Amino acid sequence: MIEIRNLSRLYDGLAVVDDVSLTVETGQLAVLVGTSGSGKTTLLRMINRLVQPSSGQVLIDGVDTATLPAHLLRRRIGYAIQGHGLFPHRSVAQNIATVPRLLGWPRRQIDARVDELLALFQLDPAAFRGRMPHQLSGGQAQRVGVARALAAKPDLLLMDEPFGALDPLIRAKAQDDLRQIQRQLGTTLILVTHDMTEAVDLGDRIAVMDGGKLLQYDAPARILTDPATPFVRDLIGTADRALRLLSLARVGDIAAPGQAEGPAIAPGASLRDALAECLWSGRDALPVEGGGIVTLNALRAKARPR
Amino acid sequence: MTGRILLGLAGLVLLAFLAAPSAFAPLFQPFTRNNAPAIYTQTSLLSLTLSHLAIVAVAVAASTLVGLVLAVLVTRGAGREFLPLARTVTAVGQTFPPVAVLALAVPVMGFGTGPTLVALFLYGLLPVFENALAGLTGQTAQVTEAARGMGLTPRQRLWQIDLPLSLPLLLAGMRLTAVISLGTATIGSTVAARTLGEVIIAGLLSSNTAFVLQGGLVVGILAVLIHQGFQALERRIRGRMGLA
Repeated sequence: MIEIRNLSRLYDGLAVVDDVSLTVETGQLAVLVGTSGSGKTTLLRMINRLVQPSSGQVLIDGVDTATLPAHLLRRRIGYAIQGHGLFPHRSVAQNIATVPRLLGWPRRQIDARVDELLALFQLDPAAFRGRMPHQLSGGQAQRVGVARALAAKPDLLLMDEPFGALDPLIRAKAQDDLRQIQRQLGTTLILVTHDMTEAVDLGDRIAVMDGGKLLQYDAPARILTDPATPFVRDLIGTADRALRLLSLARVGDIAAPGQAEGPAIAPGASLRDALAECLWSGRDALPVEGGGIVTLNALRAKARPR
Repeated sequence: MTGRILLGLAGLVLLAFLAAPSAFAPLFQPFTRNNAPAIYTQTSLLSLTLSHLAIVAVAVAASTLVGLVLAVLVTRGAGREFLPLARTVTAVGQTFPPVAVLALAVPVMGFGTGPTLVALFLYGLLPVFENALAGLTGQTAQVTEAARGMGLTPRQRLWQIDLPLSLPLLLAGMRLTAVISLGTATIGSTVAARTLGEVIIAGLLSSNTAFVLQGGLVVGILAVLIHQGFQALERRIRGRMGLA
């Protein structure tokens, strides 16, 4: 569990992060979202002390991080950044092995971990181990960057705009993969983005920041239906919030007994996908794979704030 | 490809000339007057060449070591304050004429190799220092950020990230220094250092253009070969890092 308590950072007397407190439960994915200059990146960088807080505390599982030497703290926290930051003179395997090597893991354990991570990120270990970073595509380099951040099995992973440099198609896939891997490993993850869609798609909790202040820290659905300030409402945009709300729930959650015509939809698909399918095929109800139906009326009900 | 063949050819001609200089006498004969000897025989050209190379190697090694250490010192921590000073010192070393350094060093160190080494060392400091400086400070923000965020200590960042990544630029600096020193070393013979300058000076004193020519050609070919050797090494390392 990560507790941020009254954290502030001043530059020349100006607060870039202003008295922010929030708690991320173990295994949760929290997204810090805001415009540039909102202080979200500074807040993230204070967690691994790349930026020294002016006041306040960061507690990881109850331990104040200020009591640890910064470099030792950072080896316990995974860190992935925009544009991956892979070391160009080191192979993929050496890049991934960075933190385990710093921690003095035995060689065999490091090699095994590298292969395990490459496989986890769907990169064939035999083919990718020895490659140099410049021989990777953008999506592959991004995955290696995240694999490197996860190498020493950190309990906490920090990511600063990790998908910022990817084109939209690869981006969606990378987001899906990250969500899946994060659930699978149970890693607590704090991610910074300026993209509200990404925040809603990925976050268990979303922290909206502006001018160094935390405006709202809530579940995505609450942020959409109940924005705390006009700024939050503007940031999420009101035009497609019904669709965003639908994208948060799965078909399986609202499947009702019944019969419907036509091809079935997967229970893991989002309600937004289900609505799109209804409209596209002109049906009022879709059968769900494995039994039940989802109706247009049920979707309509879900697309409104309650 | 043709470049490589020409280079190999030049190297072979140089080796043949140094192994058996007298075989090349007919080539140099047209540049002599009054039946003067066409090939310098006072001292073996091979031993002069080796001595010349050794002096340059020692001077380049010293410039590199000092330039690199200086660059490391002025790019971190408290040393940053001394960056302008270090830049001035190395620039002065470059602008101060080597001949003047020789003249000043001889009364202190006596005749021989010493003054030449000092002159070459000072003259060669600037390229290595400036290139090392550019290399050490030229890392992308992401690489630096990743290295810090991953928990490398400042010392580990220097050895594992900054120095390896600055290697291509450092080698380029060494290449410049080596080529400059190779030519400049010839003036060392004015103060009794054993360099190929001896041949050139003998030619000047006896108005024997053949001597001047063979001394100059050997130095010239050596410079081209060393230049190309360094460049090949740089290309390999840059290629590995994807810098093209």
